Amino acid sequence: MTELPDLAASLLDRALPGEEVEVYVARGHDTEVRAYEGEVESLSSAASSGVGVRVLLDAGSEAGARLGFAWAGSLEGDLVTSALEEARDNARYATPDPDVALAEPDGVEAARLELWDERLAATPTDHKVEMALALERQVRKADTRIRQVSSADYADGWVEVALASTTGIRAYTRRTSAFLSVSAIAGEGVDSQTGSGFSVGRALEDLDPDRAAADAVRRAVRMLGATKPRSCRCTVVFDPRVVATLLAVVSSALSGEAVVKGRSFFAGRIGERVAVPAATLVDDPTDPRAVAAAPYDGEGLACRRNVLVDGGVLQRFLFDTVAARRAGTVSTGSAVRGGFSGTPSAGCRALVLQPGTAGQEEILAAVGEGLYVQSVSGVHSGVNAVSGDFSVGAEGLMIREGSLGEPVREATVASTLQRMLMSIVHVGADIEWLPGIAAGQTLAVADMQLSGA
Amino acid sequence: MLERVLATALARGGDLAEIFAEDRQTSGAMLDDRRIEELSSGRERGAGIRVVVGETTGFAHTADLSERSLREAAEAAAAVARQGSPGVRTVALADRRPVGPGASVLPASVGKAAKLELLARADDAARAAGSSITQVQAAYGDSRRRVLVASSEGVLAEDDQVRTRFNVSCVASGDTGMQTGYESLARTQGFEIFEGGGVEEVARKAAARALAKLSARPAPSGELPVVLAGGSGGILFHEACGHGLEADHILKDASVYTGRVGDLVASPLVTLVDDGTVAGEWGHLGVDDEGRPAARNVLIENGVLTDYLWDWLRAHKQGRASSGNGRRQSYQHLPMVRMTNTFLLAGTEDPQEVVAQTPRGVYVAKLGGGQVNTTTGDFVFGTTEAYLIEGGRLTEPLRDANLIGNGPEVLRRIDVVATDFDMTPGTCGKDGQSVPVGCGQPTLRVTGVTIGGTAA
Repeated sequence: MTELPDLAASLLDRALPGEEVEVYVARGHDTEVRAYEGEVESLSSAASSGVGVRVLLDAGSEAGARLGFAWAGSLEGDLVTSALEEARDNARYATPDPDVALAEPDGVEAARLELWDERLAATPTDHKVEMALALERQVRKADTRIRQVSSADYADGWVEVALASTTGIRAYTRRTSAFLSVSAIAGEGVDSQTGSGFSVGRALEDLDPDRAAADAVRRAVRMLGATKPRSCRCTVVFDPRVVATLLAVVSSALSGEAVVKGRSFFAGRIGERVAVPAATLVDDPTDPRAVAAAPYDGEGLACRRNVLVDGGVLQRFLFDTVAARRAGTVSTGSAVRGGFSGTPSAGCRALVLQPGTAGQEEILAAVGEGLYVQSVSGVHSGVNAVSGDFSVGAEGLMIREGSLGEPVREATVASTLQRMLMSIVHVGADIEWLPGIAAGQTLAVADMQLSGA
Repeated sequence: MLERVLATALARGGDLAEIFAEDRQTSGAMLDDRRIEELSSGRERGAGIRVVVGETTGFAHTADLSERSLREAAEAAAAVARQGSPGVRTVALADRRPVGPGASVLPASVGKAAKLELLARADDAARAAGSSITQVQAAYGDSRRRVLVASSEGVLAEDDQVRTRFNVSCVASGDTGMQTGYESLARTQGFEIFEGGGVEEVARKAAARALAKLSARPAPSGELPVVLAGGSGGILFHEACGHGLEADHILKDASVYTGRVGDLVASPLVTLVDDGTVAGEWGHLGVDDEGRPAARNVLIENGVLTDYLWDWLRAHKQGRASSGNGRRQSYQHLPMVRMTNTFLLAGTEDPQEVVAQTPRGVYVAKLGGGQVNTTTGDFVFGTTEAYLIEGGRLTEPLRDANLIGNGPEVLRRIDVVATDFDMTPGTCGKDGQSVPVGCGQPTLRVTGVTIGGTAA
């Protein structure tokens, strides 16, 4: 098998005079086991590979360069060749743009991160199957009110990526990952409620099935008997998982591309107070605890720590090469891309709100009365990172006299992102590194509208 | 060769072996900030092999379509069949019926310049809608997906699916901040969908939506009557009951509709259909991704639940036939029960009268996305264009908000269904897989839904 970096570099030799070429090649393998009622419901095992090619014509010309892209879900010779040719042809039709360029090495050294766990390749399939089956058994017997385990999954995989360009970029990374997730249904009479749990790591041995099972059971059982709450304005305490989801939405307004194109409510506000002083927001993909930690960004530049909001004051946005040129600045090493079939754009990998000092119980006690939100729905339809309008479906428990009270469902919580950032009253110390691009912790936000009956 | 690979897959026993081969070509272009920023092309081909043994499904896929590679994938998929009864099985496939694409102008036959011209026209039309339009993004995309399914049950089917889409997103800026507007045109057809002024219409609608919201007030909070405009996004039914009627959720007792066939689950005004045969609609199929011909299935008739949606696996467990709803995102995915085009049939009321007879409520002209928990039946759906109804008239525009309801309750609260009807295209996500679907509905009223706004 050809080494991936060699394959990427070999394609660069086919660049024509006056062209810049970037090649992204990836290869990986995934295994997935789903258990149901004591049996293996499905077992999938598959390899995949692909290439993404960007060709830049007229680089350095006064009118500007033109960029084209093509991808193929294969590393077979004929498809790779046609991807290069298609990218070249696509470039001919782009609008010449002086800000369009490929990344060039900027001298920042990549962090040394250990993202590859040799144990993954040595794990027999039987162990993976047994882990999924055991997880399902554990959830079923944890509580007599558990009526069903709708899915209990083990998944793992490895991927290696090489990136090379005629502008001098050479990057190679490889990573392994393992993931356990379970969805439980608790029931009493006609009432059914759901809860999920998961665990993530670089190999099977990192996973914590006890915690995944306990989370799923606790979350489902405590929702039994939930009713629709009365509408009111109140303080809302968000669960760490919800906070990670919400930070990921906020991150799209911190993208330099959104800012330069007038699609972010943060545009023009550098140096201004956009959040309470307790809010310091950092994107640091070089932190090995982050699930999406990476030495290189999607254009092959070193990932780096970027402080976006410091003590509530907006400090900077995240940039890839093109957005940075548009804004008259340099890349922050924040290009992300969705595998070989995607093109780079600016985004977060490891966004985290710097922890406060209080745990969840202390925060609930301090809040006294309000709503604790265990999970949200409709984030993609109800949160707008351009206008800041915020309205999501919510389920959780009322906070009564400083502790969790009766469960509630079929409600929404609403505000605007701008107002929420200025209304944070407690930032938890209980950071959880979750799958995705952001970490979460308990977070209390005052003065939100709860809509119910 | 297909027969030999299927025999390999069943060499250790099993109830079903299936090969799903796919060749997909895509092209796309985007205009943003007045520039053609990105033209892209993609190509993907490969095969997924599934072996079902008792309660267990084994699955493997490969991007290499040689017989050797397919046999290797077949052996990997069959590895789950350890307890199966070994033996030689011969597989005889049905005759192959070639199919043609349902497109009169294949997008691949159209020059790139013609596709880019659409983007420029949309940009002009959106910006001409008002000086407050400060940003326009227009995207064009097409795909051609050729699939072949062969199974040990003798199925041999092909389909050639051509899809073309165009969408516009606008930002309008005013004293109160920025607002967004979105509209799309998407059909299971070719480039012929752009004949006429469709592109300008999409752009003007997106722009008008953003502009209207500049003067919008916050949406109300709490329960109110809601009138949904015809074609505003039948996503209400997609979320309120469509997902809950998928047999995979039903068989795991993870749906509020489990065990309810024959019951009155909705207002008698509700007749809900899932129909993959509606030519041109976004969820149109020749055959599903298990080789079964697309079909029209009545799910709820005059309020009574008549049937669920089925794929091969869940139908096999129940000893019945699939309803043609086994779909998958690509050859790299296992099929599961999915909707196609799901819609509510038109009623008898004049659509104008529905608003006139509503003293106070919310009129939803356009819906965004939604999400459902099939176990509890609670679902949300977001508005992207909505107005307050006061005294039987539309008064002020409202800012975006999610609405939340419980599926069976909302279906019971539908008290008026009008004569108009329209479909909207959408992308449905389930268990990590996305597939194109259509949603449709006439103008209708729900007597009470919780509006998740911020105004008291």
